[in-house]
Amino acid sequence: MKTWIAFSSILMKDMRSYYLKPPNISWGLIFPIAWTLMFFLRSPVAVEVRDLLPGVMALSILFGTTSMLAVTITFERKSRSFERLLLAPISLNLLMLAKTSGAIMFGVVNAFVPVVFASFLTNLSGINWLMILGSVVLIAITSTFLGLFIAVSVSQVFEAQTFSNFFRFPMLFLCGLFIPLADLPSFLRPVSYALPLTYGADILKTAINQNGVIPVPLSFVALLFFSVFLFAYSIYNVNRKWIL
Amino acid sequence: MKIIEVENLKKNFNDFTAVDGVNFYINQGEIFGFLGPNGAGKTTTINMLTGMAKITAGKVKLMGEDYTGNANKAQAMMGIVPDESNLYEELSGWENLVFCGALYGMKKMLREERATQLLKEFGLEEAASKSFKAYSKGMKRKLAIAAGIIHQPEILFLDEPTTGIDVAFARQIRNLIVDLHSNGTTIFLTTHYIEEAERLCERLAFIVQGKIVREGTVEEMMKEIQEENIVNFTLGKDFTLADDFTKIEEEFRSHFPNFNLKMVKNSGVSIHSPSTFTLFPFVQFFEVRGFPVFEAKIIRPSLEEVFVKVTGIELQKMQSEQNQKGKKGQKGGGSRL
Repeated sequence: MKTWIAFSSILMKDMRSYYLKPPNISWGLIFPIAWTLMFFLRSPVAVEVRDLLPGVMALSILFGTTSMLAVTITFERKSRSFERLLLAPISLNLLMLAKTSGAIMFGVVNAFVPVVFASFLTNLSGINWLMILGSVVLIAITSTFLGLFIAVSVSQVFEAQTFSNFFRFPMLFLCGLFIPLADLPSFLRPVSYALPLTYGADILKTAINQNGVIPVPLSFVALLFFSVFLFAYSIYNVNRKWIL
Repeated sequence: MKIIEVENLKKNFNDFTAVDGVNFYINQGEIFGFLGPNGAGKTTTINMLTGMAKITAGKVKLMGEDYTGNANKAQAMMGIVPDESNLYEELSGWENLVFCGALYGMKKMLREERATQLLKEFGLEEAASKSFKAYSKGMKRKLAIAAGIIHQPEILFLDEPTTGIDVAFARQIRNLIVDLHSNGTTIFLTTHYIEEAERLCERLAFIVQGKIVREGTVEEMMKEIQEENIVNFTLGKDFTLADDFTKIEEEFRSHFPNFNLKMVKNSGVSIHSPSTFTLFPFVQFFEVRGFPVFEAKIIRPSLEEVFVKVTGIELQKMQSEQNQKGKKGQKGGGSRL
């Protein structure tokens, strides 16, 4: 019970202090619109909203979660308020889960913003919503834990932003979001398969357009593996770097 | 009862030994002072005790139970107030306290009640809804102490609580420490202000280069360097003629052969003795000779002198080290380590 009180309080505080702030809400709304419009304006051929949807959803989660968590944790470390959390009688695993839960929820909500917009523009029938929900949650978890990995690797807020982009921008092109994996040069494909978003985006493609290329169970296992690995490695780093 | 017992506590950072097998204990309900210059190992020791640093070797017991490697259990019984604020700038004073209560698993109603009560006790009632970033340094320090005790810990760690705040707030905080102590809270205090340690602490430990060089009560430490007992008398009449004092001194020697008398300015004398003594015979001696005694003051060596003697460290050197660190302003104290 005591642990739950601490966990929920950290989560609620983060939601209130960071995720429910107007700039983040507007980011969640503007980001998918901007991406969709970009494809409409730049594409020489007619673009199907439904074809864009998996990529825009995956990007909304990725961009909404990684830098938010990396920046907030780095900021709290700089202001020493993170120390207050480390001094609380809760395990490090639980503390980090509480810190990441807010970002995961923010990522999940972000993912459905483009879906809401798309529902006004196209027919969304025939979509496997359960598969979508599963993949969205797992993409949010892996992206958030990627943010955690970044947070424990840097010491300054600006480094957190820069380091986030170091991971995110290559993912735009390498994870099959808008460029199919088959169209990538063969030497880049192993890199694509080493990135968690490739698997998440592929599940979304299967769920929305039935055109994914990786078996869905394999993608789910891969996402789970990336989640566990990134979380465990981040906890290891927190223990090594922050609790000297 | 010993609330904390530290046995051979050691901390290495690669080849560097920051804390080198320290041993000490803290009795329940006492204020224990931990003094030492910068880099002596104070913060590393606190960090090991509070779970913020891993222990290389040694044992830490809390209320008789070994908690080495199980900091979470001990953290529930500790309140920690670091030297710099670690509260949330964007939250109000009240919200910060309520949040800190929640971290210790306090139920909503209980933590809200306690937050309100502490804000009142600490004189921060009017600033309760103000955001923490709008607080002055002194108010921030008070709120940090309130946050440290919201869950009513068995022991409170105070790391330089009056450093960098003005005299009035420093005084208020010292009074708060005294109040907490009188309510039975055990306090582990590190401070750079030696008079503060002397005034507040019952027992002390001096740490230098990772080793505890002396531990004991303030009186025990004073005794070590106190070679004679000195009492200054302020007299109600001046020694107008040089002969006055010479005559009195001769009579004094015949009455009290084991004591020495020295003149202090024109209207005062000091009595020196290797052992402690009662004042009445001396007061009477001066009274009958027409020198009423207005004031008697025991002259003791200061803790500062004890520190210099036992550590062999020059205070001036340390002061300049500390000033580098504490340039944020230190209006509230006296001599600093």
